[in-house]
Amino acid sequence: MLGLAGESGSGKTTLALAAMRLLRAPALITSGEVLFHSRPIGGDGPKGTVDLLAAGLDDLREVRWSEIAVVLQSALNSLNPVTTIGAQFDDLLRVHRPGMPGSERWSRAGELLDMVGMNADRLRSYPHELSGGMRQRAMIAMALALEPQIMILDEPTTALDVVTQREILEELMGLRDRLGFAALFITHDLSLLVELADEIAVMYAGRLMERAPAASLFHAPRLPYTHGLLNCFPPMHGKRARMEGIPGSPPDLRDLPSGCAFHPRCPWALEKCKQAIPRLEPISGSGREVACWLHHDDAKVPAELAKADPRTEPRQRVPTLIQVSKK
Amino acid sequence: MGALLRRLGVYILAAWVALTVSFLLPRVVPGNPVAGAVARASQSGNCNAGCIKAIEEQLGFDVHKSLWDQYVQYLGNLAHGDLGHSWSENAPVGSLILSYLPWTLVLLGIATTVSFLGGSVVGTLIAWRRGTWADWLIPFATFFQALPYFFLGIVLVLVFGQTGTMLKWFQSLFGYDIYATTPGFTVSYVESVFGHAILPATTVILASMAGFILSIRNQVITTMDEDFVLVAQAKGLPTRTVIWYAARNALLPVVANFTIAISLIVGGQILVEIVFNYPGIGFHLYDALSKLDYTLVQGIFVVITLVVLAANLLADVVYVMLDPRARQAA
Repeated sequence: MLGLAGESGSGKTTLALAAMRLLRAPALITSGEVLFHSRPIGGDGPKGTVDLLAAGLDDLREVRWSEIAVVLQSALNSLNPVTTIGAQFDDLLRVHRPGMPGSERWSRAGELLDMVGMNADRLRSYPHELSGGMRQRAMIAMALALEPQIMILDEPTTALDVVTQREILEELMGLRDRLGFAALFITHDLSLLVELADEIAVMYAGRLMERAPAASLFHAPRLPYTHGLLNCFPPMHGKRARMEGIPGSPPDLRDLPSGCAFHPRCPWALEKCKQAIPRLEPISGSGREVACWLHHDDAKVPAELAKADPRTEPRQRVPTLIQVSKK
Repeated sequence: MGALLRRLGVYILAAWVALTVSFLLPRVVPGNPVAGAVARASQSGNCNAGCIKAIEEQLGFDVHKSLWDQYVQYLGNLAHGDLGHSWSENAPVGSLILSYLPWTLVLLGIATTVSFLGGSVVGTLIAWRRGTWADWLIPFATFFQALPYFFLGIVLVLVFGQTGTMLKWFQSLFGYDIYATTPGFTVSYVESVFGHAILPATTVILASMAGFILSIRNQVITTMDEDFVLVAQAKGLPTRTVIWYAARNALLPVVANFTIAISLIVGGQILVEIVFNYPGIGFHLYDALSKLDYTLVQGIFVVITLVVLAANLLADVVYVMLDPRARQAA
């Protein structure tokens, strides 16, 4: 599971939607590629690598949902309000499983609801008759309907209260272990990601800025911005301390600062940061990448950004299934 | 069910108000209908007291009774379907209206259905294709929406009508050819009715469809930004299913606003009938007004009101069927 974190407006959702070519006008994808390395879980389905940006509409439709499913933040708005949950499962299965008879589609939808802890009777319900948590469960069940390889979870629990949030996350983790899909988990809640994700990527002003194994990123950030983000969470125990936060406010995306977009708020900004945009590059000797001039050449790395990587049990590196790059 | 019953109550109240207004109106306007009728009768001889009394009774204007008693009598007559007697046609108003009504209802029904369905389809498509050539339709739609019905009717008569001066393609006077055919289930009569309906129907459709196109387009564009349409796309559903998701939801506010639209269309239709001398209820309303036939005017007014209210009730029922959320409240 890859976590994607960043402030509101940093482009997390835009990135995810762009990867599925779901952006709406006036948004436009000018260049780059989104490579989908297909490794069918059940053995059927397309194999090999597809560039989703270059794929034809029919190929794209094949991949959408059957290989990559999306769960959005607000399930209330994700479900069509005028048809029943069952009808929405039916629409989906009828298109992607053309040979499946109607009764089988219905029972399959029932099984899926059962899998997320809902009663199959709920197929007859309309979205407005369900609670927020139930709607999100129904949406997750729908996302699982075609056994996708990738789930894009765009703040799937943000609109829910904390108890339901916890339940749904545990449900999701259980399902992931059982079904073996890869997930892209988008949230602004970095501490949640530390618990859930194998790897975390941090975005700022529309760019990927740091990418590292979850524990490394949490305990030993290399990017000043990540460091600032982590300092925003008050410790639950220990003595009271003044919260630092990040000075300033997120930049106006129409008028980005020159060079590194973070330099006006960065306590360690160098002269170079004002002029050139750093690229996301691996730091030698570790499995992590960062886009920061402080880690370049012979720049002096501040002590806060040079903590030693925590010794974690060598977790199995997740195979990269989706790869976004800008040309 | 509860919500529908409540709506029904509102409509009954509205009907009662309309009936009361149509009772009071001829009694408060200057120019007493009885005096007018007495003056007409006097032209063919002296109208004595008995004659005046007879006229008062015929018109339901018994000045010797209190307004309240007249009102009670009026409501009682209405309940029996008795709308009074028209002096200009010398026939009961009820049966006269029954003979006018089919012309109006058929023309109105077909024109409204075509314009609503056509408007929905066109509106949805130009919303889906927004930012392309389809946007060129919008100024035309706005133009047609702004055109008054009668003006469009006159232009169509002038350009396409046989009573016009240019192309003379279509019939543009009366509901059928009153010289060559007689009413009945004959091929020539039915053909004639169709031929005569083309221009008036086109007028109503052109003038009312633009409003539907614009409102559906705007609604679909708003709905397309909803997450469930995005999710429908992400699900890999075919484009027509995705459009249907959006259109089905966009339809709801349009149906809710149908009540306003139908009143406008009925108002427009009255003028269109006058332009085409179409033998429906609007033309006869105009005719009765010019002859100061108050009973007929009153009767037509009552019937138009009831028809509009019935159409509104129908729209409400359709809305409840379309929207499960309204069903729950119902």
